[in-house]
Amino acid sequence: MDFNDSLEEAAFRAEARTWLAAHAPAHELPVGAKMPDTEEADRGRAWMRELYAGGWSGLTFPKALGGRGLSGIEAVIFAEEEGKYHLPKGPFTSIGTGMALPVIAKHGNDEQRARFIEATLKGDITWCQLFSEPAAGSDLAGLRTKAVRADDGSGDWIVNGQKVWSSWAHLTDWGILVVRTDPTVPKHKGLTFFVVDMKTLGIETRPIRQISGASEFNETFLTDVRIPDANRLGAEGEGWACCMTVLMSERLGSGAHRSGIEPLLDFAAATPDGHGGTMLDDRSIRQQFAEALAEEQGERFFQARLRTMVSKGENPGALAGMVKLAYASRYQKTNGLALELRGLAGIAPEAGDTATGNVQYDYIYSTVMRIAGGADEVLRNQIAERVLGMPGEVRMDKDVPFEKLKG
Amino acid sequence: MNFDLSDEQKMLGEQARALLADMTPFDRLRTLIDSGAEWDEPLWRALADMGFLGAAIPEEHGGLGLGALDLGVIMEALGSANAAVPFMSSIVLGAEAIRLAGSEAQRAAWLPKLASGEAIATFAYAEGPGPVFATGVALEGGKLNGSKSPVADAGIADIAVVLVGGGGFALVELDQPGVKRTKLDSFDQLRPHYRIDFDGAAAEAMPGVGKLDRLIDQAAVQAAFEAVGGAEACLHMARDYAMERQIFGRPLGGFQAIKHKLADVAVATELARSNAYYGGWAAESSPDDLPAAAAAARLSGIKCLEMAARENLQVHGGIGYTFEANCHFYYRRERMLAVHLGNRGFWADRLLNAQPGSQVKAA
Repeated sequence: MDFNDSLEEAAFRAEARTWLAAHAPAHELPVGAKMPDTEEADRGRAWMRELYAGGWSGLTFPKALGGRGLSGIEAVIFAEEEGKYHLPKGPFTSIGTGMALPVIAKHGNDEQRARFIEATLKGDITWCQLFSEPAAGSDLAGLRTKAVRADDGSGDWIVNGQKVWSSWAHLTDWGILVVRTDPTVPKHKGLTFFVVDMKTLGIETRPIRQISGASEFNETFLTDVRIPDANRLGAEGEGWACCMTVLMSERLGSGAHRSGIEPLLDFAAATPDGHGGTMLDDRSIRQQFAEALAEEQGERFFQARLRTMVSKGENPGALAGMVKLAYASRYQKTNGLALELRGLAGIAPEAGDTATGNVQYDYIYSTVMRIAGGADEVLRNQIAERVLGMPGEVRMDKDVPFEKLKG
Repeated sequence: MNFDLSDEQKMLGEQARALLADMTPFDRLRTLIDSGAEWDEPLWRALADMGFLGAAIPEEHGGLGLGALDLGVIMEALGSANAAVPFMSSIVLGAEAIRLAGSEAQRAAWLPKLASGEAIATFAYAEGPGPVFATGVALEGGKLNGSKSPVADAGIADIAVVLVGGGGFALVELDQPGVKRTKLDSFDQLRPHYRIDFDGAAAEAMPGVGKLDRLIDQAAVQAAFEAVGGAEACLHMARDYAMERQIFGRPLGGFQAIKHKLADVAVATELARSNAYYGGWAAESSPDDLPAAAAAARLSGIKCLEMAARENLQVHGGIGYTFEANCHFYYRRERMLAVHLGNRGFWADRLLNAQPGSQVKAA
């Protein structure tokens, strides 16, 4: 066991660090400042272009497709070093390189790979994900947006329906889309996967105002949207396999989050206890934060074990969901605790108390972390079934044609 | 980065688990309890024969000279089997205290005997309720006076390393007139604890001072491995029972209430295992990181075993409350391990105190 880099890894890290030191600072977002979404998107594109020009884009993609053909461990090292800068990454890049490209690489044809992969790595194309629907979230295969062949013999598809929770759909160029093409078979079998140009006539995105006040998510309405058959990924009726590729890529890509406890320790240490000390002198508070810190460290080292598995060519499978499951609840609990430490000033801070504002935002944001990318309950099922080998859920809809389902 | 055990370490763990599975089935534990036995002596001899007792003792003193991770995989196996042996007392604490703080003569006299299992040591630190590492026992002019309580495995130990006034250690042979050992009503029936009264007992000072922190940090990592072994055993026991037991026309394990409970135990166990690995790595390769690593490992070890032992019994339902079922072994040991070497609050303080930045230190 060695927690340190091997010689090759250390050399790669040094190379990455040097390049980032020279190029990343100019792209960093100003801390704490809010900027229009469009500006953030433009900055994200600019950073992608810089990465591509420097040869740091698509580290794990084959060279023939514009990547560097490196192993997962190098991608992790680069992400660690890149994470030290406050860069405009977010969904602009992570959905494209982390979700759209893996599915295109695996299920697309040569023409599609040539068309999308390098352009995405270059920052010329940004992506959103059109999966969830108002009645199809955790039960994704219950989706109702449908596609039928156009009756003009062109082979094109006509899509109608509604998607929801699509991050940045109002700003991105292309979407990955899963729709129902055959309602006469059970729900997992009648799905087909597409890439869709978000500027196509009939697509309307409406940003959703979230409880945090921000509007990253959208509802997307598709009305008689025409998609050429050349934009279909994989075979008709095999969209579920594409979805699984996307979701597994997302799971593996969601890393251990280091941020969390240390700023809250400072926050507690800066909060007077009314007895001449700080809230961090309180035994109960100390114990709760220490336990959270121990969990955070465990998540980080568990991630290191998963990376080791990946570097040996093993697939961690459902183990990869454990980190998000642990992290999201811990994040919610500790930010809630921190808000409580300040008493009433925690819910109505004086002007200029940005620390409290940050904790408030994180407390609100923690709710979506327990839902997005696999809700806690879904992850627990996967761990129980795939890690512990326990029985699958009772599925009343398993063999029933979709059109015969109630609801 | 290669954050995994080596093939040799995995093999060592498998050997230990195979030996324990062979020699200490649960019926054996029931027999030991019913007979009022102090420990599982044949198992101890077998562990000695396999070289496990001397795994981390230097070769010059009759051991194998292996590291903290090697010791960890053995501890994990012992925790998994809920073994009734004084491995923590004699090897992880006693032998290591002598290695860290003993004189050359003390090491030469005792480490070979501890490695072979010929002698057993214990580490006497608590003095009743209050600070867990207490220093009320005095060593003056080679005489030890005062009381330590409770002390694990003192009934079978030949020597004790005693934490004394000033924070140093004294080495005392327990079979002498100045030592009185009184068996206590021990919550973990397979880990008897004693009160020891020293009344002018002959004892030697150990020359190494300031070694307590290092000793208990290392032991905390080993305790975390032990806890992870126990937690995983509970998890598998609960899972297997839930798969077999039919209820409302299907396996109990098919219900989300049970699946989700066990998924949470699995997550806590893997996080604790990860912290134990890091603690073992830090003990061997990065001593500056050991204090924080050990405290995190200890805290997450306590947490996962607590969850696992409680939910294992709960999943078993009424049968779990019987002596015939096996849940109670872990349920009792968990409480013992949770307070051994300092409880959660003690290690929480140590973890925060090990963080960079002085503002988080205790007032």
